[in-house]
Parts: sequence; C-alpha cells; structure tokens
Amino acid sequence: MKKILSILLAAAMVMSMLAGCGNSGSDVAQEPAAEEPAAEAESEAPAEEPAEEAAPAEGGTITVAAIETAYGSDMWKEVCDAFTAETGIAVELITDKNLEDVIGPSMQAGEFPDVIHLATGREKALTETFIKDQNIVDITDVLSMTVPGEDAKVGDKIAGGFTETSLTNPYGDGKTYLAPMFYSPCGLFYNAGLFEEKGWSVPTTWDEMWELGDKAKAEGISLFTYPTTGYFDAFFYALMYSVGGADFFDKATNYEEGIWETPEAQKCFDIVAKLAEYTEPTTPAQANDQDFTKNQQLVLDNKALFMPNGTWIVGEMAEAPRADGFKWGMTALPAVEAGGDGYSYTWFEQAWIPGGAANQDGAKQFIAFLYSDAACAIFAKANAIQPVLNIAQTLEGDNQMFYAIYDNGAKAAMGNFAAYDSGVIGVTNREIWFDPVNSLVSGNMTEQEWIDGIKEVNDQMRDNLIQ
Amino acid sequence: MKKRSGRNGFIFLCAAPAVILFTVFMIIPTINVFRMSLFKRSAYSTTENFVGLDNFTRLLKDTNFIRSMQNTILLIVVVTIITFGFALVFAAILTREKLKGQNFFRVIFYIPNILSVVVISAVFSAIYDTNNGTLNSLLSLFSGKTVAILWKGEDMVMTSLIIAMVWQAIGYYMVMYMASMASIPQSLYESTSLDGAGRITQFFQITLPLIWTNIRTTLTFFIISTINMAFLFVKAMTSGGPNGASEVALSYMYKQAYTNSSYGFGMAIGALVFVFSFGLSALVNAVTKREPLEF
Repeated sequence: MKKILSILLAAAMVMSMLAGCGNSGSDVAQEPAAEEPAAEAESEAPAEEPAEEAAPAEGGTITVAAIETAYGSDMWKEVCDAFTAETGIAVELITDKNLEDVIGPSMQAGEFPDVIHLATGREKALTETFIKDQNIVDITDVLSMTVPGEDAKVGDKIAGGFTETSLTNPYGDGKTYLAPMFYSPCGLFYNAGLFEEKGWSVPTTWDEMWELGDKAKAEGISLFTYPTTGYFDAFFYALMYSVGGADFFDKATNYEEGIWETPEAQKCFDIVAKLAEYTEPTTPAQANDQDFTKNQQLVLDNKALFMPNGTWIVGEMAEAPRADGFKWGMTALPAVEAGGDGYSYTWFEQAWIPGGAANQDGAKQFIAFLYSDAACAIFAKANAIQPVLNIAQTLEGDNQMFYAIYDNGAKAAMGNFAAYDSGVIGVTNREIWFDPVNSLVSGNMTEQEWIDGIKEVNDQMRDNLIQ
Repeated sequence: MKKRSGRNGFIFLCAAPAVILFTVFMIIPTINVFRMSLFKRSAYSTTENFVGLDNFTRLLKDTNFIRSMQNTILLIVVVTIITFGFALVFAAILTREKLKGQNFFRVIFYIPNILSVVVISAVFSAIYDTNNGTLNSLLSLFSGKTVAILWKGEDMVMTSLIIAMVWQAIGYYMVMYMASMASIPQSLYESTSLDGAGRITQFFQITLPLIWTNIRTTLTFFIISTINMAFLFVKAMTSGGPNGASEVALSYMYKQAYTNSSYGFGMAIGALVFVFSFGLSALVNAVTKREPLEF
C-alpha cells in the first residue's frame, strides 16, 4: 500500500513538474501576444471590436510594435484603429516602455513584428543592431506611394531633408530604410525669466557665450550643464555644422582620413573643452541614468544657465520645483563668428520594417498612413509632431516657440555618425566622442587625450563602414 | 532481481524531471554561451560568422575590459573583506553580549537586504547628492566647512559603490552567523573564561573555529553573488559612468552585447566571467579548507 502510494505521489510530482515546464515554455512564446489583446480590450470601445474581428478577412493583419515614450501609448491605439477603418487591415499593437524586452525574445526565436517604431540612441540599441545587420527592408517605394485615404504622395508630404539623412538612409546608397517620425528641435534650454531679470541677452556667438559665462560666474551661476553625455550627440552634430557646414559634417561623420586634424575639428574640440571649464562642477557625478534630472534641475534652480536638450524637457520636468519667474527658453547653438549660422539639431525617431516581417505590403501601407492628416492630428494631440510640411503652423503654447526656431534664423542640422561594423571595433561612438566630456569637466582627462582617443579609432571605423 | 530493476526504474523516474530541467535550462544554455563566443554575430540576426578565438584575443587587448575586470576584482576583494569583518563582529556582539534592544538591531541590520537594488540606489542617490546629500551635510557639520565631495564623480565612484554594497549585504550574513554562533555551547565560553581568556581571545579561539564551515560556505556564495550584485548596483546607480569609471565585467558584457551590437563578443566576456567565477570559487574553497571542529 505504502509503495503504491509513494509511486502515485512520485508520478504526480513528475507530471506537475513536466506540466510546469511545458507551461513556462509556452508562456515565454506567448507573452507579447497575450499581453497585447488585454491592453487593446481595455482601451477599445466595445462597438469597435466586431469590426476588428471581421477585418482580417478583408486585408490581413499586421503587427506593429511601438515604443511608449513621454507621448503615451493611447495615440498609437487611435492611429491603429484609424488605419484599420481606412484600409481594412487589422493591426495587432504592442506598446511598452521597454519594447526591446517585450519583442526581443520572440525576435530571437525568429518571429518579427511587421513595423517597429523605435528611436536610435537607446541603451539596447535595437535599431542600430538591425542597421548594422542590414536587416531592414528598403522602403524607398513607400515615398512614391499614395497616402491611404488621400491623394498626396508620401514623399511630397514629408518635409524636406528628412528622407536624405544618414538616419533614414544609413548606407549612403540613396535608398531609404527608416521612416522619419516625431521630430523635435534640440538646442540649448534656459530660464528666459532669469535672462529678463538680469538684463542678459542670449548669446549668438561663442565669444558672447564666454563673456556671459564670466558675468554669470560673478553671480555664482555656472554657464553650462548637461543631463548625461548622451545629450552631446545633438550638441556635437550641431556644433560640427556651425563650424564647418554640411561638408565638414559629412566628412567627419564618415570618418574621413585626417579629418580630426583639420582646423575645423580643432575648433569643435576647443569649444567643447572650454565649455567643460564653464560647466557646473557637480554635473559629471550626476550625469547617469538615475540622477540626470538633478542636472536638469540646476537650470530650474538658476544654478546653471544652459543645457542641451529637446522639447520633451518641458513635459519631463513639469512637476519639478523651479525658481520664481521661471520661463522656458530655447536657443540654437551660437555661431562660431558674428554673422555666421546658428544650428539646431533636429532629433527624430524612426519607424522601420524588419527583414523578417511576414506582411511587408501591409507594413508599407501602415507607414504611408502615418503621414496622413488624420494620423498627424492624432499624434499632435499627444505633442508628437510628425515631420510633414506646414505642421508648425498648427502648434500651440511652448511648442509653437520651440518649433519656430527654424523660422527665426537657425539652420536645421540632421544626420549622425555612419554605422560601422561594431563586431570588429569594441567601442560605441558615444564612448569615444561624448563620454569623455565627463572626464574633461572633472579634470581627469585633457583635451589632447580626448582627441587622441578619437583619432585612434577613426581609421578603424572608416575601414569597417557598413555599405 | 526484478525488485531491483523496479527500484532502479523508480529512482530513474524520480531523478528524470530534475535532470531534464537542469539540462534544458542550465547545461544547454551554458554550452550555447561558449559556442556563441566563437562567432561574430548580433543579438537578433541568424547570420553568424565563425571567428575562432578572435573574440578572446581581442578581449585580452581591450583596455576597457581590463578596467572593468579590475573594478570587479576590487569589489570582490574589498566588499567581501569589509562585509565579513563587520558581519562577524556584529553577530558576535549581538549573540554574546547582553544588549538592550538586540532584536531591534537585528531587524535594522537586516532591512537593507529586503530592499530591492533599485530602492537602494534611490536611497543612496539621496545620500550621495553633492549639494543636499546626507553624507556631505554630515561631513560639513563635523568639519565646520562646506564639504562638496563628488561621491559619484570619477575619483570616488568605486568607493561609493563599495559602501552601498557593504551596507546592503551585512545584515544577511550577520543573521546567518548569529544562527550558527547561537548553537555554540555556553559551557565552552564559561570554561575558557575561568582559564582567563578575554572576549577577543574567545572570539578568535572558540567562535571563529567553530563556525568555520559556515563561513566557508557563505564566502563562496558571497563571492559569486558579488559579481552579480555589482552589475545590478552599477546599472541602477551609475550606468557605468562617469566615462566608464565604474564599469564592471557584467555591465561591460551587457554594453557590448546590446549597445554595441556585438553579441558574440559579449558572450566571450560571459564565458570568461563564467570561468573566472568557477575558478575563484574553487580557489576559495581550497584555501579555506580546515579539519571541521565539532562540539
């Protein structure tokens, strides 16, 4: 009797363990899918559900994975619904703040979403990985497609320059692989109220900048701070444009031989090194993902004058305490010489179709739809501004001021460092160009050491460009 | 004979689930890490190029990796010594001495261990704040002048990590040692005190030798967990910065595998760290081997 009982118990144990094992296996595979209908069901009006159920028969289904950022995820649900209503193609939407963690495992297992909306420059570097793997579908033909529900072509709606940068055409072959999304002018943000109070004017050249730095120092205010060194990309790109124009920028971002020995490059390095001297001394200690808001707070508290940032800063610091009379101001990077051009870097996100997408035609239609008036209006409600012509006129409040920066004389800077085979070179651009700024400020590194570090890898990067 | 084969079948049946699970979830992935370390590949692509030991030769020349390894070893050595020192002394005091509020102290010391690393990093963000932080304020109070140490700056960041990690770990090990110290018979202490042994002599001659097996086990645990915990602390507190000054082996591996899109290279770091922790545990185990004492 005892023996039978123990066998039974053991069998039960074996079964439960195996069952547990089986469950955990399928859980992993189903996680993104299982999560998403629940999220959809929450937001959707019950009346719409049957329409969506019936839709697949009409135009198939696509899976869209979009990062949830400060703009929220509701706008994506609305846009997907509008797309389904327009085209009859059903959309399975996945949105998450850590999108990489949600779609990563199923992609490693070979199951890809049809459209991914995710900016470059994130820590997990998912978009960069796909670019480097050349694992993105060419969407040049989308530009000549008609926007669903409209007569206009996609290429005619997108504002000039956006589909010609290295961010959308990463291989420099004239083909577009990534669709530009949600743009935001980047520049130096400051407390306009403080400038009015002190009677200071916003510097238009770097010489005026240093003068202002000395004046502010006398009052115990530092000239500059930065959230993290990651924010130097937009800053450095705009600086390269203002020092040497588009020509120098293209050569530098393609790692041309000897480019870092030119006087233009030296000028860029000198400006950053001098700026490091004027930087609030606690900045590097707080320039990490946990404490970066403390650096942003320095501007709100009138402890530092300028910081490089994007228009999202207003929402990000909305709840933070601030000095009396605080008012957001934003300016382009000062010109190198009087009368020269000031530049503001245009930061934007990207939507793209991974090589493994099952329904690429549906995905292309979806991308085309993202530039429709209907979609642009839905996005704009959440402050996400699509790079389409004439959108700046429809904006209100702080956004109107920010997006008018290009109308007020600043030139737009776009592009980034060209992709190289990082399997050969074990460093990221950020580590070489931007992270050392922390050490420049704290005095642990000299300007020359920084430049030497850049020169050391420049040739390697050029030799391993992905083309 | 028949009975025996039935018995063997039963044993086999009992052991099978554990063996299968262990193989599927431990052995195969580990072998996979070693296999992928020989390839040049990224995380989401199926294309991979066999590069032999290239990843490893590059790794040994990579100054950033060497720095991250140095940081890891620094943390292992310093955090272990300080944590074990304090944990043993506190445990001895709390078990041997008659203190008021013993349980209170026990709870207080244990609390950090319940907190998640994210909470701890938020707590220490407030402590290490340069302008309004607890630590700088206290130092200013006692020194009489404004102290503005950049705790998370390049020069101090490793010290700050060590303090946070020690603070987090002490309580757990203290409670472990208290449990084993409590089982040492009181009579041993009584008889040695009749022979004139002071408290310090008792600690080194009686307490330590009698809980040695416990110390040995926890030491191995602790060294391995420090390698993992260092990653969590670095991720949550410093992001490896400023300028890579607080990068540790596993955070560097993560950076290479994902941020730098070189998964194969990252796996090579993983493989090396695996061998390193294995070797270190074996070494510690061998060095601390003693004849077990019984009472």
